Amino acid sequence: MQNVIETTNLVKTFTLGEAVVRALDGVSLAIQRGEKVAITGPSGSGKSTLMNILGCLGPADSGDYVLAGESVARLSGNRLAEIRNRYIGFVFQTFNLLPRLSALENVELPLLYGGARDARGRAQKALETVGLGNRIYHESNQLSGGQRQRVAIARAIATDPAILLADEPTGNLDTRTGQEIMALFDALHAEGRTVIMVTHDPNVAARCQRQIYIRDGRIADQTRASAQGDQACYS
Amino acid sequence: MLFLTTLKVALRSLLSNKLRSILSMLGIIIGVGAVIAMLAVGRGAQNQVLSQVTALGSNLIMVMPGQFRAGGVRSAAAQTLLLDDAQAVLEEIPEVVLASPVARGNVQFKYFGENKQASIMGVATTYPAIRNFKLADGRMFTEGEIERRAKVAVLGADLAVDLYGEDPDPVDTEVRLNGVVFAVVGVLERKGAQGPFSFDDQALVPYTTAMNRILGADYINEIDLQVGDGVDLESVQARIEQLLRRRHKLRDDEDNDFHVANMAEMVEAAQSVTGVFTLLLSAVAAISLVVGGIGIMNIMLVTVTERTREIGIRKAIGAKDRDILVQFLLEAIVMSTLGGLIGILAGVSTAKAGTMVTGFPTVVSSVSIALALTFSLSVGIFFGFYPARRAAAMDPVEALSYE
Repeated sequence: MQNVIETTNLVKTFTLGEAVVRALDGVSLAIQRGEKVAITGPSGSGKSTLMNILGCLGPADSGDYVLAGESVARLSGNRLAEIRNRYIGFVFQTFNLLPRLSALENVELPLLYGGARDARGRAQKALETVGLGNRIYHESNQLSGGQRQRVAIARAIATDPAILLADEPTGNLDTRTGQEIMALFDALHAEGRTVIMVTHDPNVAARCQRQIYIRDGRIADQTRASAQGDQACYS
Repeated sequence: MLFLTTLKVALRSLLSNKLRSILSMLGIIIGVGAVIAMLAVGRGAQNQVLSQVTALGSNLIMVMPGQFRAGGVRSAAAQTLLLDDAQAVLEEIPEVVLASPVARGNVQFKYFGENKQASIMGVATTYPAIRNFKLADGRMFTEGEIERRAKVAVLGADLAVDLYGEDPDPVDTEVRLNGVVFAVVGVLERKGAQGPFSFDDQALVPYTTAMNRILGADYINEIDLQVGDGVDLESVQARIEQLLRRRHKLRDDEDNDFHVANMAEMVEAAQSVTGVFTLLLSAVAAISLVVGGIGIMNIMLVTVTERTREIGIRKAIGAKDRDILVQFLLEAIVMSTLGGLIGILAGVSTAKAGTMVTGFPTVVSSVSIALALTFSLSVGIFFGFYPARRAAAMDPVEALSYE
């Protein structure tokens, strides 16, 4: 299988007053196309920083990052915006839908930024995929938390990106809705999408094929799920 | 498509905060409204002056006693112009076709119970032709009547109404001027207001009558001259000056004790006054436009900060710096242009209301509307650019984690 993500020795430091914090201290990892991976670790471990870099939201200080065969470590802000638009679909803990826009308009937006043809039709299809084909004209404040997260997922998959990058996608949802959202991710994974979840929640992490455990800016541990666990992922 | 969505978002975010948007637009509204109203007043004044020229005839040259000073004629107390001067100009300057002396004075008009203080103009029979006056009824007095200092008068339209009431028919009646009985032989057509004084509020009498029977003066207040078409006014004026200087025996080092003016000069003087007026008020209006722009800039900075998270989200899903810039710039432009449109509406209504109340004519030109729109658009671009650039330059990670 082909690697969709390959990082070599990523380093990122922050300066907080006098202190220099090494948020990432040499992270090398590879994620295959079609994999479902969890990145876990305690608060302050550097997993958010890793997610920001993997999501092309900001550059690492050093190290290389190859996304879908293209080295993106040294790209400019606008080029990174294009990469995010084409290759990455974000799903956030707080949904992050744009206010004053309908569900459809929210999902359309990345397609419009990417200059896609038939943005409306594709957005509509994405919303049908997440089971919200009947609520496309509702604004986000008229939707429940679960519905909002479904709109956010529809927005993430609308451009058909190489990876889905989810940051605590069930963190703001009740257990039952969280299960539904996890089931939706399972279904998307089953369709062949690459899913990367950044999470604290061991239940969420357990549903992934592989867990990458980050501590103090390094990969401390990697567990590959057993055959059974793998099965559980699809159930 | 993206532009349409961007515009929609801009409109919605303005609508979602109506009071704030309107308050921010207020500066532009007032600025543009003031510009439109001021230009309308200036244009109205200019048109009025121009209509005076056509009403009075552009072939008119006036000789007045006293010196001409920039900005106006000195008080006409000087008694340097004589009847013979008028005669001499007519005889010695061939381009001068018609001439009439003007002896002016205020008298008490009385017709039965009605009393009115108004001016009389002692003039020659040629005066209506020089000044473009027409008779509404009756006739002008004759050379013979001038010869024998006849007590005859031709009334201005307003004066006739004041003395005789609506739809006056004063011809062949008698009025008293300072107690002396005059026969009314004609009524002039209405000219309309001509700046500060009205030609409709006076009566014409033979100059001989005015000077000898009423005013008791041996000098005149003005000589009105008509020159032929296509004549070089400057050279005629210069020769009139030479002639009068000689007649008044002025030495070379002495200033003229009279002034020769043509209508074009009078118009220029009036226009320069209205021009300065318009310029000053426009400057005030321009300042208020700048203040309005600063108001918009201020609120846009607040908006950008408030919507930091939104900017982060947009960047995460692939918005380039330019997309963000356009988003916020468009919002500022929509705000300033909308303010401009409301301001135009306010300015036009103010001008119209002003005309209705004061009767002073105002003219809203399409140029001033285009100007106001261009200005408010530019204000939006200029003052919206900095906040929009700040939004565009935000770091996506920081913007996304902004609470």
